[in-house]
Amino acid sequence: MKSCDVTSPFLILGYSSVLKTTPLNQTHRAMNAKMVDFGGWDMPLHYGSQLDEHHKVRTDAGMFDVSHMLAVDIKGEGARAFLRQLFANNVDKLTQPGKALYSCMLNPQGGVIDDLIIYFLTESWFRVVVNAGTADKDMGWMQARRDELAPGLEITPRRDLAMIAAQGPNARAKVWQVIPGSQAVTENLKLFQATTFGQYFIARTGYTGEDGFEIILPASGAADFWNALHAAGVAPAGLGARDTLRLEAGMNLYGQDMDETTNPLESGLAWTVDLKSERDFIGKQALLETPVTQQLIGLLLLDRGVLRSHQKVIARHDDKEAEGEITSGGFSPTLNQSIALARLPSPVSAGDEVQVVVRDKMLRAKVVKYPFVRNGKSLI
Amino acid sequence: MDIPTNLKYTKSHEWVRLEDDGSATIGITQHAQELLGDMVFVEIPQVGRKLKQREECAVVESVKAAADVYAPISGEVTAINPELQSAPEKINQDAYAAWLFKLKPTNTADLDGLLDAAGYQKVLESEAH
Repeated sequence: MKSCDVTSPFLILGYSSVLKTTPLNQTHRAMNAKMVDFGGWDMPLHYGSQLDEHHKVRTDAGMFDVSHMLAVDIKGEGARAFLRQLFANNVDKLTQPGKALYSCMLNPQGGVIDDLIIYFLTESWFRVVVNAGTADKDMGWMQARRDELAPGLEITPRRDLAMIAAQGPNARAKVWQVIPGSQAVTENLKLFQATTFGQYFIARTGYTGEDGFEIILPASGAADFWNALHAAGVAPAGLGARDTLRLEAGMNLYGQDMDETTNPLESGLAWTVDLKSERDFIGKQALLETPVTQQLIGLLLLDRGVLRSHQKVIARHDDKEAEGEITSGGFSPTLNQSIALARLPSPVSAGDEVQVVVRDKMLRAKVVKYPFVRNGKSLI
Repeated sequence: MDIPTNLKYTKSHEWVRLEDDGSATIGITQHAQELLGDMVFVEIPQVGRKLKQREECAVVESVKAAADVYAPISGEVTAINPELQSAPEKINQDAYAAWLFKLKPTNTADLDGLLDAAGYQKVLESEAH
């Protein structure tokens, strides 16, 4: 037996001899996690069964250590004006303190440097959470743009903080159980809203398609908080389940579904790019000048097998043959069937049947609108 | 990890059980299923297919990755495990019970090259280092 098409970054072994660790590293090991090198971080892949962890999040409550991601505080007068230029989405949508916004950060060519979440705390304090693998690059980019555009701003990486995502239909209630008094202040948070409560920064956001919170807290308190959630019945879940959950939820993964060579408008992210306002932002000119010829679509595999990233997709539309590629693929535990996101030429539309080259076979797949799953239910 | 002593093994983590009727039953080892994680799809060669030793002949796919299975010995496929198509997780539950296929060996000399449990244990130890 030999592992052939490894699809996710999870199995790719890094060459760095010393892996970075989160404040929960020992806690994961104590829970018998299968640890892997994830972009230079020593992270839990699963704690026994990735499928069980997936279902637990869909039906009850699971938690992920996402402390490898980086919170960055941007402070000072003129923070909003700076972020207006830095991000493709418009921070002027953030009118209420605590409100969050998903955005891409683009290079001048319109390529995606990273995708991130921006939290509006005060007019002189915004917090941005960026991906782990891109954190150093993002810091360098943001600081360089700051030096040009807003030299008075402070940009501070917050490696003193830990981040835990508690996700699932029962996740919020279990968090309330663990943080006494938190229910009153977070119960009425809408989706994409956050608030501070004591040492906790609690946001009603996530990467699973389920309700829940993402909680930022001092690193020193992370292990106790994790263990308390566990005692309250929140199941630890690894990066494996995180990937199948986000794929079912139709959420992009940086490095697979988009990167610096791809345009957000061809990556299913047009909804996050504000081209309506007069505002200028880095990458805007390139987006306006570049014709959109491809789109990100969902695929549902009709034959038996598993779709994986980089498999070739062949579509026929109006008697013309066009080729595309799967950007993220895998087995959907909720649908019990393989699903994928793929980048295909624009004329392809939902309902079309396409073929996917899987090893020596051509398998049939149907083009579908995604998300595939939301709040525990199939949307297909 | 318990490695059954009544089976033969390959370095590539397949197991072989020699049956009284002269046929050989093939599966993947406990170590292999642990590496791959939750199984979601299995593709097994058709009955009647003639396999050469070390030929890629089956695919096991987990949530994480796809892996080729090699024929441990040359032979003709005489049976496939009908359960695995609908329940690939049986490999995770008991890798030594969830056989993939049976072969009628065509070259008995192939059998001499297989590892016993102690030999396979050494392979695992060397991989761990």
